[in-house]
Amino acid sequence: MLLRHTTAEIIERTALTVNPAKTCQPIGAMYAALGIHRCLPHSHGSQGCCAYHRSTLTRHYKEPVMAGTSSFTEGASVFGGQANLVQAIHNMFTIYEPDVIAVHTTCLSETIGDDIPQIIAKARDEGKIPPGKYVIHANTPSYVGSHVTGFANMVKAMVDYFATTEGRKEHRLNLIPGYVEPADMEELKRIVGELGIATIMFPDTSNVLNTPQTGRYAMYPPGGVKVADLQRLGTSVGTVALGRLASGSAARALDTKCKVPCEILDLPIGLKATDRFIDTLRQIAGVSVPDSLNLDRGRLLDVITDMHQYFFGRKVALAGDPDQLISLTEFLVDIDMWPIYIVTGTPGKKFESRIRELTKEVPYPVKVQAGGDMFLLHQWIKQEPVDLLIGNTYMKYISRDEDIPMVRFGFPILDRLGHVYFPTVGYRGGLRLLEQILDALLDRQDRDAPEESFELVM
Amino acid sequence: MSEVLDTNNPETLTPPPEVVKEELLAKYPTKVARKRAKQIVINEVGPDCTVPEIMANVRTIPGIITQRGCTYAGCKGVVLGPTRDIVNITHGPIGCGFYSWLTRRNQTRPAGPDDFNFMTYCFSTDMQEEQIIFGGEKKLRQAIQEAYDLFKPKAIAVFATCPVGLIGDDIHAVCREMKEKLGINIFAFSCEGYKGVSQSAGHHIANNGIFTHVVGLDDSVNGGRFRINLLGEYNIGGDAFEIERLFEECGLNLVATFSGNSTIDQFANSHTADLNLIMCHRSINYVAEMMETKFGIPWIKVNFIGAEATAKSLRKIAAYFDDPELSARVEEVIAREMPAVEAVRAEVHERCAGKKAMLFVGGSRAHHYQELFREMGMETIAAGYEFAHRDDYEGRRVLPNIKVDADSRNIEELHVEPDPQRFTPRITPEDLARLAMGDLTFKDYEGMMPTMANGSLVVDDISQYETEKLIELYRPDIICAGIKEKYVIQKSGVPMKQLHSYDYSGPYAGFQGAINFYQEIDRMVNSKVWKFLKAPWQEHPELTAHYVWE
Ligand code: SF4
Ligand code: SF4
Repeated sequence: MLLRHTTAEIIERTALTVNPAKTCQPIGAMYAALGIHRCLPHSHGSQGCCAYHRSTLTRHYKEPVMAGTSSFTEGASVFGGQANLVQAIHNMFTIYEPDVIAVHTTCLSETIGDDIPQIIAKARDEGKIPPGKYVIHANTPSYVGSHVTGFANMVKAMVDYFATTEGRKEHRLNLIPGYVEPADMEELKRIVGELGIATIMFPDTSNVLNTPQTGRYAMYPPGGVKVADLQRLGTSVGTVALGRLASGSAARALDTKCKVPCEILDLPIGLKATDRFIDTLRQIAGVSVPDSLNLDRGRLLDVITDMHQYFFGRKVALAGDPDQLISLTEFLVDIDMWPIYIVTGTPGKKFESRIRELTKEVPYPVKVQAGGDMFLLHQWIKQEPVDLLIGNTYMKYISRDEDIPMVRFGFPILDRLGHVYFPTVGYRGGLRLLEQILDALLDRQDRDAPEESFELVM
Repeated sequence: MSEVLDTNNPETLTPPPEVVKEELLAKYPTKVARKRAKQIVINEVGPDCTVPEIMANVRTIPGIITQRGCTYAGCKGVVLGPTRDIVNITHGPIGCGFYSWLTRRNQTRPAGPDDFNFMTYCFSTDMQEEQIIFGGEKKLRQAIQEAYDLFKPKAIAVFATCPVGLIGDDIHAVCREMKEKLGINIFAFSCEGYKGVSQSAGHHIANNGIFTHVVGLDDSVNGGRFRINLLGEYNIGGDAFEIERLFEECGLNLVATFSGNSTIDQFANSHTADLNLIMCHRSINYVAEMMETKFGIPWIKVNFIGAEATAKSLRKIAAYFDDPELSARVEEVIAREMPAVEAVRAEVHERCAGKKAMLFVGGSRAHHYQELFREMGMETIAAGYEFAHRDDYEGRRVLPNIKVDADSRNIEELHVEPDPQRFTPRITPEDLARLAMGDLTFKDYEGMMPTMANGSLVVDDISQYETEKLIELYRPDIICAGIKEKYVIQKSGVPMKQLHSYDYSGPYAGFQGAINFYQEIDRMVNSKVWKFLKAPWQEHPELTAHYVWE
């Protein structure tokens, strides 16, 4: 057994996290910053954090992930990291020539209390920031929230640093995609394109973390939201933000700063959340929904009706991030699957009440935990098993031990590739999710069926 | 690509190393260039194997994109991570523990289904703001208690991350207290990431801790005539399994491995061995030195990467024990294993000879793996370590000349004395002298540079920028480095082999490992996929006509 020390008996824990279902803020901030065109993320702390974040993102995307570090040693930890950051800014602009450096903090620099805006100002005064170049920052202490919080903080920093009210209002929406994959961002852009709505999407990691093999490495790939576009955020007529936790604070900041009203929606994962997304866009922009999107929706619905027998009544355990889990839970309930164990490592009581609300009609006791861990989830499964697991790669240890099929979904996925190229948002994304769920369930049925009831057609 | 140096074809011309070095430095701000110039050295092996001085184990310059990680990674991730039966609790915010969860591929094989194995688990105190402000000792104490209640392990180890040192938690006091209370071995490592300049400081801290708290706790001598420890082998991709197999076939008795496929009981008993073998000199030489001083166990450097190197290492061990039966068995094993190796080697040699490799990784592999490339007829044109010291480059002979700077001084040097009861010299001074006359040198590591060609480039703590430049200037056929470099290199059209994780394959140690590596590199450097980079219309963009069949 891989997790041989996990037992069904639950001892209350108040101090020990075992097999976390979250990670730390900076990695989310680094990911978000990569969604700005020609941006070099920078980790202000000792170099280990940066190495870990780059490694994990690289393993997840199988793509280059570049970022600088202030490389603190003991001295910097005692006297503060000002000299390190000023020097880092100078070196990075000279050697790596980014347009933007996006600084995030680490536990170390937060504990020391480094004042990043003051250090950036000093770098500017000393002429270390070339004209036309930018340094932005987000505070990302990992002892608060999770990687999702870090993502949200960096997206908000884009608003804080770049958005202005200068210029005339234009017929255009801002779209904050949430902490989703490059393929998802691409799909979101396609959907608004189909609707014929002009948008600025930020951040945008498509064609940054899913770039083609050309035999030529480009440190700054073609993708990413342009600074010029970020500077125009304040002149859009509205903002649609997807995922309360990941996108909410940036949307509200834009409202406060530039009086751009916002709608904060669930991530468009599954049928109804995508319906709400498209319906909201349609109403705000005053456009009609084209046949192409009706076609996508119809196909998704078709698969649900065709294959309903395989979904119906199957119990599911989920681990992941709050925004994703909310939409996914709704989707599963809608296709008559029963999500009964739902865990996120990210803290937040609202999450639990939202999940309770969504799973009201599930005819089993539903266990949900924010700030939980995968050890707890595994213990629940030991007490009463489920038919399907959905989660990141670490879920595969539970899957193998308990012999329960799984679908990979979330962050990080270290052992499969689909998430980089195929979206899970929108109707088409829903189709992919259903295909993955069906493959997992039907492969299992095929494996376990007695020979006489081994089915040809399913 | 460039099998032979064709002076008519500029594509295959390798620029002279002086020019390359200049190019690498050209774009740097003056201060950076000055420092990097001392870390980029053109190799020149003089008489008596002297080599030029290289600057190593110094701070990475802020803003330079480095391969390096932190002290915590070296301590918890590298040295202590591979031991399966210790509950390793990361004391700090969640990230550090999360990222070091299972990501290094240290394989382990518990003896039975009921034996401890915590390697698949991640334990963390997940520090919150409250602990940062008011201190984390209480939470740590409680976490240890909970780990004990849940798992009843033999031992618990605690690893400090950056904020812990700053807020002043006394993790050692907490561990002493809980050790007393729970009656199991509990110890801590002050391996905050900011200590030292790289993972290397963490290795040292791990060595100190394991030596202080574990080595020597169990004096029972559990049989066997040729009792050895293997130090600095972490069983990535099953390397240690392959070496264990060879030891067993040769009749050698492995007491402990530090720390691939290991248990804490093996460490406790390791001082009863009669010889220490060092694989990765950088990460583990401290334990070897301390064991020699305290218990009288001599150490020799070995290398099981490369078939020739493996045979040589086995012969060294046999020479040390000076036993005809053992020597005969060693020769038998080598004779049995070599034909299969030789067959594959000869086959890939045809396709790989003359190709060029660069290795930038770790603290020993950038050296060891040159052996394998040499066996395949491939040439290492540039190499360097991520976190090694001068002795790993230039050989231990330079140890007396290494300046100890402030960063290194921060890492405690344990003062060790011979153990009044347990110190037993394993070998007489006369035998020692006699063996040293032969091929067997004790307490020595020759380093990377004396084994490299003149004119090859040695680069310490290579930066992202320098890696890109070297690709451009040298167009190597393969590069070995780590995960962060992997896709930059491959996106440049050059195959890249990870030498931390082995790209999720291996083992590459021993004879079977050599076969695996030959085949893997052959697959990579001769793959046809690199020829598909251009679409037909990119190769021949000219238009002929519309709808030609009209
Ligand atoms: S916080 Fe410190 S210990 Fe943790 S990964 Fe970063 S540098 Fe290493
Ligand atoms: S110290 Fe903080 S920021 Fe760095 S890896 Fe650990 S949790 Fe993350």
